[in-house]
Amino acid sequence: MSAVIDGQAHEEHHEHHPAGLMRWVTTTNHKDIGTLYLWFSFIMFITGGILALGLRMELFQPGMQLWNPEFFNQLTSMHGLIMVFGAIMPAFVGFANWQVPMMIGAPDMAFARLNNWSFWLLPVGATLLVSSFFVPGGAVAAGWTIYAPLSTQMGPGMDLGIFALHIMGASSIMGSINIITTILNMRTPGMTLMKMPMFVWTWLITAYLLIAVIPVLAGAITMVLTDRHFGTSFFNAAGGGDPVMFQHIFWFFGHPEVYIMILPAFGIISTVIPAFARKPLFGYSSMVYATASIAILSFIVWAHHMFTVGMPTAAQLFFMYATILIAVPTGVKVFNWIATMWKGALSFETPMLFAAGFILVFSVGGFSGLILAIAPIDYQVQDTYYVVAHFHYVLVAGSLFAIFAGLYFWLPKWTGHMYDEKLGKWHFWLSMIFFNITFFPMHFLGLAGMPRRIPDYALVFADYNAIITIAAFGFGLSQLIFLWAVLKCIRGGEKAPARAWEGADTLEWTHLPSPPPYHSFHDQPDVK
Amino acid sequence: MGPNTGRSMAVAALALAMPGAALAQSNIVYNLQDPVTRVGQSIYDLHTLMFWMSVAIFVAVFSVMIYAMFAHRKSLGHKAAQFHENTTVEFVWTVIPFLILIGMAWPATRVLLAIKDTGSPDLTIKVTGYQWKWGYEYLKGEGEGVSFMSSLATPHEQIYGNEAKGQNYLLEVDRPLVVPVGKKVRLLLTANDVIHAWWVPAFGVKQDAIPGFVRDNWFRVEKEGVYRGQCAELCGKDHGFMPIVVEVLSAEKYAAWAGEQKKIMAAAADDPGKTWDVKDLIARGEKAYAANCAACHQPNGQGVPNLFPPLVSSKAVLGPDAEQIAIVLHGRKGAYRPNTIMPPLANLSDVDIAAAITYTRNAWGNKAEDNLVQPAEVKAARK
Repeated sequence: MSAVIDGQAHEEHHEHHPAGLMRWVTTTNHKDIGTLYLWFSFIMFITGGILALGLRMELFQPGMQLWNPEFFNQLTSMHGLIMVFGAIMPAFVGFANWQVPMMIGAPDMAFARLNNWSFWLLPVGATLLVSSFFVPGGAVAAGWTIYAPLSTQMGPGMDLGIFALHIMGASSIMGSINIITTILNMRTPGMTLMKMPMFVWTWLITAYLLIAVIPVLAGAITMVLTDRHFGTSFFNAAGGGDPVMFQHIFWFFGHPEVYIMILPAFGIISTVIPAFARKPLFGYSSMVYATASIAILSFIVWAHHMFTVGMPTAAQLFFMYATILIAVPTGVKVFNWIATMWKGALSFETPMLFAAGFILVFSVGGFSGLILAIAPIDYQVQDTYYVVAHFHYVLVAGSLFAIFAGLYFWLPKWTGHMYDEKLGKWHFWLSMIFFNITFFPMHFLGLAGMPRRIPDYALVFADYNAIITIAAFGFGLSQLIFLWAVLKCIRGGEKAPARAWEGADTLEWTHLPSPPPYHSFHDQPDVK
Repeated sequence: MGPNTGRSMAVAALALAMPGAALAQSNIVYNLQDPVTRVGQSIYDLHTLMFWMSVAIFVAVFSVMIYAMFAHRKSLGHKAAQFHENTTVEFVWTVIPFLILIGMAWPATRVLLAIKDTGSPDLTIKVTGYQWKWGYEYLKGEGEGVSFMSSLATPHEQIYGNEAKGQNYLLEVDRPLVVPVGKKVRLLLTANDVIHAWWVPAFGVKQDAIPGFVRDNWFRVEKEGVYRGQCAELCGKDHGFMPIVVEVLSAEKYAAWAGEQKKIMAAAADDPGKTWDVKDLIARGEKAYAANCAACHQPNGQGVPNLFPPLVSSKAVLGPDAEQIAIVLHGRKGAYRPNTIMPPLANLSDVDIAAAITYTRNAWGNKAEDNLVQPAEVKAARK
């Protein structure tokens, strides 16, 4: 193994690339592009977070204090759009760019120039999206789900939002094509599909999901656009259309989208847990099958988001049963992770803390999801804060915590420095505590009858809302510790060995130094 | 900030310091509202069952994980085993959850089938969602023919100003829906503009109201009282300000109410031939404006920049009255900004429309040349 690492040294003279800004604009290097994706995602995370704190400030106490109701609706809608399309999705693509080639022993992504293009579309889309705050009528205020016909009533901000989604969607499709091609064609000799690291598997499946559903979203929002400007009536009953059709199409995209945001997280967790348990992943093949099952099931459960629109009984039963069924493969995953930890030699550095925290808290979101799947209960809690609690347990404690786990795990590899363990632990514990104080009471609010997306509320909900707002600020400020830890790690710190974690056994740890050379794996390693 | 800031801060600080104590001291809510229908009760029970099953599974599964996290630590010298599969275990933990899920789906199916039975109602009421109020029409059964609008009754000053907030802040309306106790009430729901959702938690009923389509739902309330809910589907600016209040009366009281409504409606039916004087029409118009126009054009007639046009010094209001009548009756699209929509208000009475128009032509410093619109003119303008 050490011979291979020495062998990389002679390649260093290949590392010629433009310096300064042009390096980043023109780069076709998977590591540079991965870095760009991750920083872009962080900036969007902070932007979306500021919007969230803005709406929490209004909700701190009953009565309208800071914003008018239209602006409040813009805050909730844009918070959702920015977090989903700007923060979570690009972060995982960033991980894929950095990790997929290194984990499969490939020199780079299959389509290097396409890779550059798919990243640089994102800032364009994001700029359009955010600039919609400054057009007459303001930004999108119909929720991130932009249900028609409310979305046909909006001002030009909605058009900007639609174009932004088109551009970001195009970026996702290009990224997915690239990832699939890379994984299927550029694996090092000997690495069969069933020997791929779990993270690569989850991304392979995610990329297929993206290619399948992003065009569906594009269709839905294009129909909204033509309803708005060109006199069509896709979603207008007066012209023979149906408002509910929008929801069917949107959620046919929207539910797989949920798994697009969680499957790569499963991949990261499946990488981190074995490394810190110093024990192989339990049930590798069942993990692959479970991931694939979740992806397939995600296409036949969409209408559980719309139990209250009034569907035929048979349809409701079908969507209820199919949704409940997802608990089986999800359960298999959780059991496999716990079985991996069982009788391991566990240690709890920051990545493992986030991974273990992920399993525990994500499962709370899993259980509330199961309760929401029960159609009669869903009648009571749909469109309430219970749903808000549920999807933040899945997307914050799920996707975001997995992103943190992955970042702390791979930062030593990427930067060549160990991060500050103390800062990492502070970041974990503060995030974990404030996350739960922020989102757990939302279950109670939803059960007790507080609708979501309202700027003002009845007095009985006041105490929880005050607590939630304070804790939300705590959570937001805790993320500055993360920024500090990352910057500190990039600038210096204890030198990371090639294999920074004792239990890490994928190619980037066993065959490459930390940091890896700009171009790695010119000669593909052999995998037995 | 407002007068509640101190209290909110204190509650937050207390709760962060000791959550248990804070929960015990305040009259805080944490579960579904007490149900007053059989459907509501079965949903409540179903949730309780599902909740405790989830808690039990959670505790069972995660006690294993927590145990491993403490017992199988490297720092305690625990050596890692190297097993990584076990077909029996994997089979068991696929099949057992599957069986548990069937156990959950079975009672859920029974409740769902009961909910879906909207047949043989005693009373049928049409519910229409408007931006941002509810309209009720009693279609069939006792009270047939009664119809009215129901909008938020919480004063502006309580929401935006410093006036103390009442007990039913944001959950009070000018005219509640009134239904008899113990009778099956079927709702036919639709909407005028965008999708709304009619939701009364104590009934266990939440039903989207979809423009251009009719959906139905039902409830049979078993306890007299006043029950409150809200619109549950984001419907634009004032989504948070269109509550639902249902007053459930005994059979006798309900019969009396229905009779009284019919009398009031007959008496209130305005004499169509009557010629009104400006003062009376303005007084009537102020109310009609507040109920039907102020949500968008604002109580001060200033509108909302870029969303809803101002009526103060507006050409339509100061110009010929025929044009304004046409706008109110038939609505208008894109005249102010490309995507703004004024909905048609032809469902209002001639007198209300004439009064509201007359009001706008005289209020807030507006001095329209043609400052009086008679109901007869509105009637003539309807086709």
